[in-house]
Amino acid sequence: MSELHKRTLTELAAGLRSRKFSSVELVRALLGRIEARQGVLNAFVSVTGEQALADAAAADRALAAGGGGALAGVPIAHKDLFCTRGVRTTCGSRMLDNFVSPYDATVVAKLKAAGAITLGKTNMDEFAMGSSNENSYYGPVRNPWNVKLVPGGSSGGSAAAVAARLIPGATGTDTGGSIRQPAALCGITGIKPTYGRVSRYGMVAFASSLDQGGALTTSAADAALMLREMAGFDPNDSTSVDTAVPDYVAGLDAPLAGLKVGLLKEFFDKGLEAENERRIREALAVFEKLGARLREVSLPNLPLSVPTYYVVAPAEASSNLARFDGVRYGYRCKEPRDLLDLYKRSRGEGFGAEVKRRIMTGTYVLSAGYYDAYYLRAQKVRQLITDDFRRAFRDVDVLMGPMTPTAAFAIGAKTDDPIAMYLNDIYTIGANLAGVPAISVPCGFVDGLPVGLQIVGPHFGEARLLNVAHRYQRETDWHTRVPQGYA
Amino acid sequence: MSEWETVIGLEIHAQLATRSKIFSGSATAYGAPPNAQANLVDLGYPGVLPVLNGEAVRMAVKLGLAINARIARSSVFARKNYFYPDLPKGYQISQYELPIVADGAVDIVLDDGEVKRIGITRAHLEEDAGKSLHEGLPGVTGIDLNRAGTPLVEIVSEPHLRSAKEAVTYMKKVHTLVRYLEICDGNMQEGSFRCDANVSVRRAGTQKFGTRAEIKNLNSFRFVERAINYEVSRQIDLLESGGQVVQETRLYDPDQGETRPMRSKEEANDYRYFPDPDLLPLVLSDALIEEVRATLPELPDQKAARFASEYALSAYDAGVLTASRELAAYYEDVVRELKGEPKLAANWVMGELAAALNRENLEVGSGRLPAARLAGLLKRIADQTISGKIAKEVFEAMWSTGRSADEVIDAQGLKQITDSSAIERVIDEVMNKNPAQLADYRAGKDKLFGFFVGQVMKATGGKANPAQLNELLKKKLGG
Repeated sequence: MSELHKRTLTELAAGLRSRKFSSVELVRALLGRIEARQGVLNAFVSVTGEQALADAAAADRALAAGGGGALAGVPIAHKDLFCTRGVRTTCGSRMLDNFVSPYDATVVAKLKAAGAITLGKTNMDEFAMGSSNENSYYGPVRNPWNVKLVPGGSSGGSAAAVAARLIPGATGTDTGGSIRQPAALCGITGIKPTYGRVSRYGMVAFASSLDQGGALTTSAADAALMLREMAGFDPNDSTSVDTAVPDYVAGLDAPLAGLKVGLLKEFFDKGLEAENERRIREALAVFEKLGARLREVSLPNLPLSVPTYYVVAPAEASSNLARFDGVRYGYRCKEPRDLLDLYKRSRGEGFGAEVKRRIMTGTYVLSAGYYDAYYLRAQKVRQLITDDFRRAFRDVDVLMGPMTPTAAFAIGAKTDDPIAMYLNDIYTIGANLAGVPAISVPCGFVDGLPVGLQIVGPHFGEARLLNVAHRYQRETDWHTRVPQGYA
Repeated sequence: MSEWETVIGLEIHAQLATRSKIFSGSATAYGAPPNAQANLVDLGYPGVLPVLNGEAVRMAVKLGLAINARIARSSVFARKNYFYPDLPKGYQISQYELPIVADGAVDIVLDDGEVKRIGITRAHLEEDAGKSLHEGLPGVTGIDLNRAGTPLVEIVSEPHLRSAKEAVTYMKKVHTLVRYLEICDGNMQEGSFRCDANVSVRRAGTQKFGTRAEIKNLNSFRFVERAINYEVSRQIDLLESGGQVVQETRLYDPDQGETRPMRSKEEANDYRYFPDPDLLPLVLSDALIEEVRATLPELPDQKAARFASEYALSAYDAGVLTASRELAAYYEDVVRELKGEPKLAANWVMGELAAALNRENLEVGSGRLPAARLAGLLKRIADQTISGKIAKEVFEAMWSTGRSADEVIDAQGLKQITDSSAIERVIDEVMNKNPAQLADYRAGKDKLFGFFVGQVMKATGGKANPAQLNELLKKKLGG
């Protein structure tokens, strides 16, 4: 029974359904692991053990009665920017340290309806701004493969928790790589769906036109199961798309013979570390063996994605974060002299440095006289990048390339150099700007640290992405590797 | 001719009469306790998203069709960013570069009867802000977000207006229109219909506009007129004494009767407009536009033209009677009941009825005097049962007692005397009682005719048929 944490989310769902073990047993085991590892990893902001055990007992009763949803009794965790009724939702910020949401995000409600049990809220870069999880009010999350290293970000708590087998699956959000990059650096699977596939209602907004919720799990099969329950049209989110959700699980095993794979030429650049590139090439060889046909594809505007992103995302963030003003909820400075003082000090004291940097950048690029040169131009480049992807998908089924230029880096290594930190997102941002789905799968190690293969699909091509990733994982065992000391 | 020409453009804010808010399901009813009608979307909670109210869109389209404007097949919501406690999200969702309605016009009638076309640059959808409360809250400011998210359509005119009077005429015209369309209740006291006025002056004959000042938040026709007149003389005085008009936002203080600049802090805003990424472009199909077109009522101008020709009324009377849909309907009900006499009906509706309603601050639709009742009274004038003078007494009795005209006439014996011999008998009596006056009259003092009319009317309690009385009296006095 002490080995329950080794099972995948899919295995756990099946085991609970067949009553091999109870949800209460499982939840208790995982709560123990979370508690034991929290001091080192700092993956959680809140752990909701009591409620989880009560929910697990209810799930057990439902299962005993032959009921319960597809995830009945399965423990999960939510990135701490999904609003959860009655449990605080901090976004990794002092600003929301005291904020308890009066409602559940649509994703939270859907997973709850499917029977999933929430064990807690995971640590993250403040307001999802960061690539290393060092920008959290609650301190950095550590990478279970080497606790001196970052887990990636911003969904670093979710990635570290899944990699350390503290939880079989967790939600994340991906605005510029915040699911895929930490998944790669922690050796797990992470999917960012098509923009509009998963409701953003109740997901505290960073950059509304880029944010998309997704899943972090140990395998593509688990991601398929979790995403199937999370996805779907939501009348509360005008940007969610009203198109049916396929059964991602049912299509996992489709053969790959004849699959047309495009290699993202622009990603195999001088920034890509040689050892990392070797792992990617090895993975591509596996796909060739499975019958896929590889060809190089160029997306000429893709190298412009980092500057484009760092105009669009801060612009939207500067407006989205204006509501945190100390008036209705969240942090309020002590004894404000007047309204202006209330605003200045509440925001000055409530937000961390990176959030302030992005609010200032965003305010600047939207200002009169600069709007055309920055925001408008960035939107035009964004359209060109989107067109590049559309054109590419006329010739290929999926695109492949590296997920990150390097494996995980040391905590503190890039904190003084925001540009170096931003360049870490170079391979991830394109999919966000174009709104296309992408998945990261573990494809080997560099100096004992995991790296990820990125697979990008056309709009609403999640089923194919998961199928391609799953067939790869049937041939390889990288995704089953567990960091030392966490087995 | 004046040396200065005034140039005015109005931005009218009309609150749309939807049941729920523009981006949330909260009710829009006026007068609820503070924040009772503010849900998580209105409060700007983390994670919430706006969902556009389709009814607000249909109302904006209706307006656009009524002013012969272009309805955008695709329009865009934008964020107007600024910090204020009554603005929970830190931005207002509005429309900026691509509004839903553009290039319309309404016609107004000037004092000399000339018809002037006032261009409407655009009309766009936006959400209202909340309110700051100070009364009864010493040392703190309260925030009421009931109004936050109430749908507004902002109707922006071209700078075609040349006087405060024209501005008021135009604003009244738009007021009439939105009420005809049933897209706004027009209640100015509650702020459902208000405007900002952009005012500038220039030397007569010059092309270039002068520097303008924007007077914010005028919520009565009287204030619009007074504020503009004040502002125009302020600007002229300034320019004539060698000064310069500063482009700024001003507030009208009705107690002092003057406009004053708002604090510069508030006007130095750079709103950083950009398309709201939470809302997709608003795409309208031809089918929807045609569906809305089919719901358009007869519009005020059409109705006035029809009244003028169908009821042979002057343009002025037709204009007054069609000022509201309710008044026009009342008038037509009276005419229908009367089976004719449209001029008589017009005089009474615009005269006695309007005065009585006005006196008690009632709307024509209040039901105080139903159209059939008034028609009942007018019938008795038409068939000469009572004179017009007696009819006014009957009207007052009907108004205060709620009885019908015939009941009042019977009860008070007001029926007109049309029996010639009865009138002649009274004339004889009056002549007998006033021999001196009779002699004077017959000696050529024609003015005494009125004295005899008065005496007979007095003796009959005003009930003698005036035409008959005149005729008979002339004959008798003449000997």
